[in-house]
Amino acid sequence: MSAQPVKGTVALSARGVQKSFGSLVVARDINIDLPVGARYALIGPNGAGKTTLINLMTGMLVPNAGQITLGGEDVTAMKPQERVRRGLARTFQINTLFAGLNPLEAVTLAVCERRGIAGRFWQNIAANKDAIEEAYEILAKLKLGDACYRTTRELPYGRQRLLEIALALATKPKVLLLDEPAAGVPHEESGEIFEVVAGLSDELTLLFIEHDMHVVFRFATHIIVLVGGAIFTQGSPAEISTDPGVREVYLGTRKHG
Amino acid sequence: MLPPVFGVLFDGIAYGMLLFLLSVGMSVTLGLMNFVNLAHCAFGMLGAYVTVMLMKNFNWNFFATLPFAFLAAAFVSVLVERTLYRRLYRATDLDQVLLTIGLAFISVAAAAWFFGTTQQPVAMPSYMRGSITFFGLNIGIYRLFLIAVGIVVTILLVMTLEHTRFGAQVRAAVDNQRMARGLGIDVDRTFAVTFALGSGLAGLGGALAIEIVGLDPHFAFVYLVYVLIVVSVGGLGSIAGSFAAACLIGISDIAGKYYVPQLGGFLIYLVMVAVLMWKPAGLFGKRS
Amino acid sequence: MTASDPAAAMTPQTYMQSLSRWRVLEIAFWLATLLPFWLFPTYLSLASQIAITALFALSLDLILGYAGIVSLGHAAFFGLGAYSAGIFTKFVWGEPFSGLLVAALVAGIVGFASSFIISRFRHLTLIMITLGLGLLLHEAANSMSWLTGGSDGLQGVSIKPVFGVFKFDLYGYTAYGYALGILFLCFLFTRRLINSPFGLALRGIRENFTRMPAIGADSRAHIRKVYTISAIIAGIAGGILAQTTETVALEVLSFERSADVLVMLVLGGAGRLYGGLIGAGVFMIARDQFSGIAPQYWYFWIGVLLVVVVMLLPNGILGGLSKLTARWRRK
Repeated sequence: MSAQPVKGTVALSARGVQKSFGSLVVARDINIDLPVGARYALIGPNGAGKTTLINLMTGMLVPNAGQITLGGEDVTAMKPQERVRRGLARTFQINTLFAGLNPLEAVTLAVCERRGIAGRFWQNIAANKDAIEEAYEILAKLKLGDACYRTTRELPYGRQRLLEIALALATKPKVLLLDEPAAGVPHEESGEIFEVVAGLSDELTLLFIEHDMHVVFRFATHIIVLVGGAIFTQGSPAEISTDPGVREVYLGTRKHG
Repeated sequence: MLPPVFGVLFDGIAYGMLLFLLSVGMSVTLGLMNFVNLAHCAFGMLGAYVTVMLMKNFNWNFFATLPFAFLAAAFVSVLVERTLYRRLYRATDLDQVLLTIGLAFISVAAAAWFFGTTQQPVAMPSYMRGSITFFGLNIGIYRLFLIAVGIVVTILLVMTLEHTRFGAQVRAAVDNQRMARGLGIDVDRTFAVTFALGSGLAGLGGALAIEIVGLDPHFAFVYLVYVLIVVSVGGLGSIAGSFAAACLIGISDIAGKYYVPQLGGFLIYLVMVAVLMWKPAGLFGKRS
Repeated sequence: MTASDPAAAMTPQTYMQSLSRWRVLEIAFWLATLLPFWLFPTYLSLASQIAITALFALSLDLILGYAGIVSLGHAAFFGLGAYSAGIFTKFVWGEPFSGLLVAALVAGIVGFASSFIISRFRHLTLIMITLGLGLLLHEAANSMSWLTGGSDGLQGVSIKPVFGVFKFDLYGYTAYGYALGILFLCFLFTRRLINSPFGLALRGIRENFTRMPAIGADSRAHIRKVYTISAIIAGIAGGILAQTTETVALEVLSFERSADVLVMLVLGGAGRLYGGLIGAGVFMIARDQFSGIAPQYWYFWIGVLLVVVVMLLPNGILGGLSKLTARWRRK
């Protein structure tokens, strides 16, 4: 386990990460440093390789070349679950939930996994009061407290998006990668989801993918623009919004504030 | 004089050709739709019974019955595909396994009802029954014929798959179904045709198998095991894989029974488990 | 909200507790299993067959219903248990519980060893591997006839009285009591398991295999563990069969036995704890009633039943019943 995060140090970094499927290159010499407490946005046109990059960092895909470090530790060869246990969590663009469990069960499961008690088959789950209460607290914080006994597949879509985040938070991450947390949510409600994101501890390092430029400029302190599997440019919101190259390849005809 | 190992190899390959005919359809349909069809050998059995009936009741020549064995199996498979299978393409493995095991059970009972549980004898034309001697090696003419059929079918299949428009569609759909749909390929229709073709080949294989392994209602289950082994060892959706795996399993089985009879049918299961441990997707498979 | 509103008084912990509370129907079910002693004393040997098969189905439910592993070769562990208990009883010692311990041990060791293979695969390859391992064992038992009796079966297994008191009688009083007692103990264990953190993790694997690593779970380790436990329970079931029938036939390792138990479980409803028990009861009683007809026609009806269940009743008898009651409550 790495030490407690210290502001100003690098929480997660990618060095020269490369990935291709056959002749199709999906990640080309990616170099990213996420400082502790970062609020970074990852933007780019469809098919730019944003989700692929998250898959590479979390270990769901193995890079052909390059290195991923988490809190200074090389995790390139580690399985996804080992990275999660070291504090790297993610959410999914398409709901990847436990449809037949209710939110309380699902988040309790994640808490039990983190505490290393998920293998106990001799003990009633209800005996683990602390784990259940911790799960409930996470759910209550994300305004899912009243929905926590309803089967996940019956929850309204917006609630399911929040549960995505709750499951990731239950792993007590140091770094959280959010893949379009408000994907598919009507514009009015997406603000609610980003309020939750904005309210997360400032010791937590965040990287999120988002298409809505209003949201990106409002919540991100730094923006990485990905085009064709490579980093096109990066910088502060002010720099990105005035970068003529970015306007051309990504913002295109779209207007923003 | 050739040592007996060549005889074992020859018989193994002939047996492998039967397994290839029985299994190639399943391999391709599994690769196409990820549909686990445990009733596949029931179509093979259907073809075999068609041949037996035509020969026994109508005194047809063995060769004349073969096209009908193919057509009957293909036709019935299309009926089943349209009415039942179609609805389960997106179902779980378990549902597919259960439905198709159910159909296999039904086919076994139906065969027992119509034809009895005894072995069905067939009288091969006399010129098929003998054997020729080749450097002291006894080569059965029928087995030689089987190998010829196997090779011809393989060549035809590979030519169809490599050089026709239909073949290109099948390959695209096996490779990446979503992309194929995106390109405007009617994957469902492609699948229905492939399914019929594969079941027809199983019917042909069943008819050709009578002379070697006999025919009774348990055919649908006994050979299902071999077919599943060939498919998983060869890799889904691969004709070359099925061919190689069928030869490997055919030779292993004959060699096992010849050299180490006390082990019985042990060897092929060992071969299968070993191959899958080494390559989970099969010898030629891209995905498991 | 009023004080009588159950949701108001419910804390997350009491909610979790309520999930594992014993229901009246469950108690009634277990009381009903005692009825054959008085009501159907002539059917006691069938009743103990049902109890044994129910235990076997329960073991399959752990991996299929809870962890989502489709196995076509689960008879391997049942048969291993049967042969281990049979051989131990015949050649070493006839005390029944130590025989079961040996059965559990052998099945558990083989289950643990093969779980390293099982946990690497999913889908078709997994089905094939389980089938292959099952057939492998069947062939092995057949060829090792010096130990197993081969296709003649293992004869001359004579068992000592349970607790040194209850002799295995001709009517099957002891056999049923013994089988039912072990079934109940294993059921209690399984019931606790599925209400444990581990049980929750298994349901997680079944519900979404790909999410599990993203919450830090090592699904393979979980699968290895549940597969081993399932093998142990299946082995115990086989052991009881060997002891109560005092013989072991090669059929205990057959593909048909693997297929039958799958059918029973699905018929009753997988992943519902009682599904396997009810499925085993219905299946065995039906087979007994139709024992006059030839086996291939019995399988015809099983086949029809499977097609109907898959097409119309995807969650088995229990699933259909709970759907019906839900509809009835809404009215």
